[in-house]
Amino acid sequence: MQRRPVHSDRMLGMDNSQIKVKKSDIVLIVALLVGFLAMITVLTLTKSGGAYVVVSVDSVEVAAFSLDQDITYEIKGFDGGSNTLIIQDGKAHLEDSSCPDHLCEHMGKIDKVGQSIICLPNRVVVEIRGAGDDKGFDTISS
Amino acid sequence: MTPRNSSTKKIATYGMMVALALIMSYIEAQIPALIAVPGMKLGLTNIVVVVALYVFGSKSAMFINIIRILLVSFLFGSATSFAFSITGGMLSTVLMIVLKKTGRFSTIGVSAAGGITHNIGQILVAVLLLHTVAVAWYLPILWISGIVSGIIIGLISGLIASRLPESISK
Repeated sequence: MQRRPVHSDRMLGMDNSQIKVKKSDIVLIVALLVGFLAMITVLTLTKSGGAYVVVSVDSVEVAAFSLDQDITYEIKGFDGGSNTLIIQDGKAHLEDSSCPDHLCEHMGKIDKVGQSIICLPNRVVVEIRGAGDDKGFDTISS
Repeated sequence: MTPRNSSTKKIATYGMMVALALIMSYIEAQIPALIAVPGMKLGLTNIVVVVALYVFGSKSAMFINIIRILLVSFLFGSATSFAFSITGGMLSTVLMIVLKKTGRFSTIGVSAAGGITHNIGQILVAVLLLHTVAVAWYLPILWISGIVSGIIIGLISGLIASRLPESISK
């Protein structure tokens, strides 16, 4: 990060440019990075072990499973799409998505409260909820 | 500078900028997602917006971006992708205009802040569309990627803006 201004000054110095990295740029970028670290810290500290996997399609909750049991469940997504939810060894992940980009399959395994896997084309959200949360309803959206 | 028909020149220049922005959007759409995080982008289009902001001013940057978003959504997108683009695009463009007006930032700071606000806009739309705040979990990764790509885009934009002949904005 510190090397960047030197680097660009050298490059820009060659042709009488009006853009120079200013002190405020460095302050701003450092502040943004501090914000990032703060965010990561807060999220890591507030993470807790999950209890339930809640599946929503088009913002309607369709199923909920305990993380303790190993299951395979086919999610019928929006507009005929489908994903397979797999819970194994206390972690949940998606497989066999019908969507074109298969992003959800690469989102990895989740097991912490608040973590989620989202398949936007199928409007599927798989979310981990804590043991204390209401299993049936999403208090935030309803 | 000899007097010229400035409105004709303006139309031609803006048209060229919009066309460039469209091409950037298209190229970006052809690059497969390197990391599986929805919303993570290089922000190539932002090169055109930042250059426009510094060379032609706030109004033209806003104008070019709005037209670009409309055209991309009509050509390649959907109502959903329009909602994502317009929210992220407007938030970041407004913030970049404000930061530039302070006169304290180069293209690099402006573009880094713009990159982050663009991604925050995307997350806001996702929260609204999916009715879940769980999407906010993507904030950290989109935040850091916004900074990194914003700095790179800002550097490129600054270099381009400084090399354009002054007559282009007259």
